[in-house]
Amino acid sequence: MAINPIAFFVFGGAALAFSMMVVLKKNPVASAFSLVMVFFCFAGIYASMNAHLIAILQILVYAGAIMVLFIFVIMLLNADEPTFDLRRTSNVVKAGAVAFGLAFVVMLAIVFKKSNIIPLNAGFSSEEVIKLGGNSKVLSQLMFSKYILPFELTSVLLLAAIVGAVAMAKRKTGKSS
Amino acid sequence: MIIEPWLVQTFCAAIFTIGLVGLLVRRNILIVLMCVELMLNAVNLSFAAFSEQHGDLGGQMAVFFIITVAAAESAVGLGLLIALFRTIRAVDTDEIRLLKE
Repeated sequence: MAINPIAFFVFGGAALAFSMMVVLKKNPVASAFSLVMVFFCFAGIYASMNAHLIAILQILVYAGAIMVLFIFVIMLLNADEPTFDLRRTSNVVKAGAVAFGLAFVVMLAIVFKKSNIIPLNAGFSSEEVIKLGGNSKVLSQLMFSKYILPFELTSVLLLAAIVGAVAMAKRKTGKSS
Repeated sequence: MIIEPWLVQTFCAAIFTIGLVGLLVRRNILIVLMCVELMLNAVNLSFAAFSEQHGDLGGQMAVFFIITVAAAESAVGLGLLIALFRTIRAVDTDEIRLLKE
């Protein structure tokens, strides 16, 4: 696969470390900033596998919009946590979680290693995409031709999400409103 | 040295599993929502890797739609979280027992 090995190992290792920190950190703000770093590492991996549009969208939507939302909510709630929730968890549960995780990853690694996937080559390999005018151009043309129906449905979903989020987060002002 | 496709898929599986274990173990709802985002990201990278492997841009279109749905999901999820915080004054899943009393 056409990924720069150095980029993959640097970004991948950093993403693994930061995603562990998301789960293990006590302070939600520290978790949120670790998550930002995970998103940036993923954007680096996307860019190194020639998915340029996805890399930029990752930074714009995830590291920009979603994380701002998270930070706002953390700031808004200002919830003081008396005890660290992982400290309340029994050691048996923690050991079970780690063992389950390791077993799951090893099992999937064996499945992926042994399975013999034949590349389909459906006409959009990296060289052909460059010949057609670059990743962003080809993806945009696909978005407005072959995938136009899901694209329009996505706009309806976003509208529903906006209305739903406002309706749920709105302060109830009693009978006066 | 060349990166084999199974290595990328295993990396995605590792991130997904970290998110899944965090989702099950942590009790702070904010962290639980962050773990959901982590799992969605892992699946996105898996889609992009298969897209690269098969020379088909459908995978990258799927990533685009998943990113949109993830944005909608986190907006609705955080709205729910704020409504919940107004009701029980906590962000802990152990405190959600309104039906028990």
